[in-house]
Amino acid sequence: MSQAVAAPPSSTPSSAAELEGAVARAREALDQHLREILQWHFSPETGCPFWLDWMERAGWDPRQEVRTYDDIHRFDHFQDEWLRDEPNERFVPKAFEGRPFNVFETGGTTGLPKQRVGWDDYKHDYEQFSASLDDEAFPRGGNWIMVGPTGPRRLRLAIEHLANFRGGSCYFIDLDPRWVKKLITKGHYDQAEAYQRHVIDQAVEIIKHRNISCLFTTPKLLEGLAERISIPSQGIRGVFCGGTSMPPQMVRFLVEEVCENQTRFVPTYGNTLMGLAHSKPVTAEEGYSITYYAPQPRAALRIVNPDNTAETVDYDSYGRVELTTLTREFFMPRFLERDEALRCRPYSVDYAWDGVGNVRPFGVMEKKIVEGVY
Amino acid sequence: MSSVPHIPILRHGREYHSLDVNEVPVIGSDRTAVRVSMANSGLVRRDLLEMRQARNVLRDIPTADLIAMARQAGRHFLEDELEIGGVMQGPDDYVRHLSSTSGLPHTLIRMNMKKLGQLFKDMDQVMGGLTRGLDLSVIDRGYGEQGGVPMSFSAVTDSLGVVLPSNSPAVNALWMPSIIMKVPVVLKPGREEPWTPMRVIQAFLKAGAPAEAFSFYPTSHDGAQGIIRRCGRVMVFGDDRTVGQYATDPRVEVHGTGHTKILFGEDKIDDWQSCLDMLVESVSANSGRSCINTSAILVPRHGAEIARALAERLASMQPRAADDPGANLSGFANPAMADYIDGAIDEGLKTPGAVDHSAVVRAGSPRRVERDNMNYLLPTVVEVNGWDHPLANREFLFPFTSVVEMPQAEMLEQIGYTLVGTAITGDKAWITELLDCPDIERLNVGAWPTNRIDWNQPHEGNLFDFLYKRRAIHVQTAA
Repeated sequence: MSQAVAAPPSSTPSSAAELEGAVARAREALDQHLREILQWHFSPETGCPFWLDWMERAGWDPRQEVRTYDDIHRFDHFQDEWLRDEPNERFVPKAFEGRPFNVFETGGTTGLPKQRVGWDDYKHDYEQFSASLDDEAFPRGGNWIMVGPTGPRRLRLAIEHLANFRGGSCYFIDLDPRWVKKLITKGHYDQAEAYQRHVIDQAVEIIKHRNISCLFTTPKLLEGLAERISIPSQGIRGVFCGGTSMPPQMVRFLVEEVCENQTRFVPTYGNTLMGLAHSKPVTAEEGYSITYYAPQPRAALRIVNPDNTAETVDYDSYGRVELTTLTREFFMPRFLERDEALRCRPYSVDYAWDGVGNVRPFGVMEKKIVEGVY
Repeated sequence: MSSVPHIPILRHGREYHSLDVNEVPVIGSDRTAVRVSMANSGLVRRDLLEMRQARNVLRDIPTADLIAMARQAGRHFLEDELEIGGVMQGPDDYVRHLSSTSGLPHTLIRMNMKKLGQLFKDMDQVMGGLTRGLDLSVIDRGYGEQGGVPMSFSAVTDSLGVVLPSNSPAVNALWMPSIIMKVPVVLKPGREEPWTPMRVIQAFLKAGAPAEAFSFYPTSHDGAQGIIRRCGRVMVFGDDRTVGQYATDPRVEVHGTGHTKILFGEDKIDDWQSCLDMLVESVSANSGRSCINTSAILVPRHGAEIARALAERLASMQPRAADDPGANLSGFANPAMADYIDGAIDEGLKTPGAVDHSAVVRAGSPRRVERDNMNYLLPTVVEVNGWDHPLANREFLFPFTSVVEMPQAEMLEQIGYTLVGTAITGDKAWITELLDCPDIERLNVGAWPTNRIDWNQPHEGNLFDFLYKRRAIHVQTAA
């Protein structure tokens, strides 16, 4: 059973002593990286206008006052509206001036979407992620297909880069999630279903007539594809899947029935603002629950008490997901995601920091949320 | 064997235990009454691709055999211990289980149980009524002859999807004949009421019905949408908004509000007191939860007297212990539902022209009460001054009715959709008009309670017409 699920080769559990040492080293690396990034973004020689102006208004210098990740609370929560309201040029670090940037969008079902500028971060993230993929399931030189939201999303370039980096090419079938959300919000389920069928029709044609061994898609589209074709019988050996939350029962269904216990299933949690988190191996023995680990030190996740976000919740408790992104291209402290999750313990020497488990939309237990639409 | 049942998903009859388990509590306590496996929507959608195989299994069984199985299943349902979620459940256990999660008093559950038992037993008559006396071998063979005329009927779907409510076990009667019609069922139970559909299924299985005919998916809104979108024919239960949502979709039959009414003719109104028992039963039977309960009484005169007399009689309906043999008022498991209804009535009463006679009888004490951690609404009779009043044509899940004065001549123009209409009159001309009135689904002429219906006369849609279509046929016999 568990041969069919995600198992990055280097992510085997570690002994308590090994883990303890790794946790300390990871923490030290995070603190060191944090100091370097703050130095970069808050120095006039390298920083961007947005953060330099912010520092002047705030009246304190993060380079002096934030020395470890524990000090990150000196910052208030990053407001994602800034990514909509501020001109993108204000987020260009001095060191990148004159180099055209990529624009990656998030949200935007109505109004102007939030935008993040970038250059090479997505390549770094996905090259790092590539190392965690098993060559047997995601063969070197194998072609990929991405079925899902492409357009102005970072994911579109990222998946192509991942394919290219591993020696393959990538086909694309687009789905516009903004349109699907509008249809569902208005109760036009028949149109939403027709649109999904249209997307899957195109994907099935490509998969049937081209040599493809790796697939990136969303859980819903994967289910829809498997209603039309047998994923393993079409030669797909690995599925890399993300975009919405995946409760354990859904993961079990995807592994056992959609991937038929043959095609490797690798879930991911990520977005334009973070990059992508890696999943701990998913097994039947652990009830198909998914735990993700941020690509630390380039990004760090914390599970916080929603009523007092300075407080990290206890292990195995639910809280809201808080993201801090720490790259030379983009600094984003303490952004509150629209998700909640369980705080999980460090897992191995490779993932020697807190994980986030059973991710689900924030407040899903209290209110109706349009989620998992594509 | 745990004492808390864990009700599984049935995938074409195969049991499947989900990792997503809903723990339904005993109302008003922290104790778990039942654990229910929840199906993810992808699983539901995937299974529905294979309904043809289930239909093929049912199609090969003669209708007469299926009717015999139903008769036997009725005995199992009423009398036997059946395995429900890993626990043996006798008839008394069923009553206790259902009461513990739904708040229905034992008396009402037993009444509904009896109705379902009768349906099992009378399935041949029900089929006769639904098919208008068709020789059922026509269904077995696909074609035949009746009265010298060639007949052929073909099923228009491989499955009947049913999105069930939590508030009335008797609604399961609506899908049960589908098995005899050889159309497999795909059931989504209400959150607090997995008990009845599962017990009906287990009774059928014990009687020898094929497991493939029964799919049972406790699931989310998304999963329910999968059933509604993918099944060839679907029954859903809901309010007027739900009815409107599927008004143009011939695949979907919505069982919504009934807007059931009693109309007094000019010739009988002065004798209204002799009809009081009938009025009480029509408003309050099954605790007023059915679409066939009266929610409006139209009278040419005596409105205030009728409203007061009815309010006085209904005031005896009070919350009692669930197992009290005299209990006849159902509670609301969800307190928000009781609050919502109570608030809606109070809001309506703010419009001038309404008198809450029940509030007068109660001397102003609250309509919404609690007992044993359960939420109740006391019966309410409101006299309103015209059909335009916001409370004139409202329907709620408890004993509630309006009483409206209106000339007989205006009634049929005003009433609108009426699932059951009882007209108390001997006026032949008006009876002719009533028979012609397209707004009334089931018509009772005379003082017949609206809640009394016949299974062999469908009052709301005809399942056979819904699942089958007649086709012209010519079969050339071999020389």
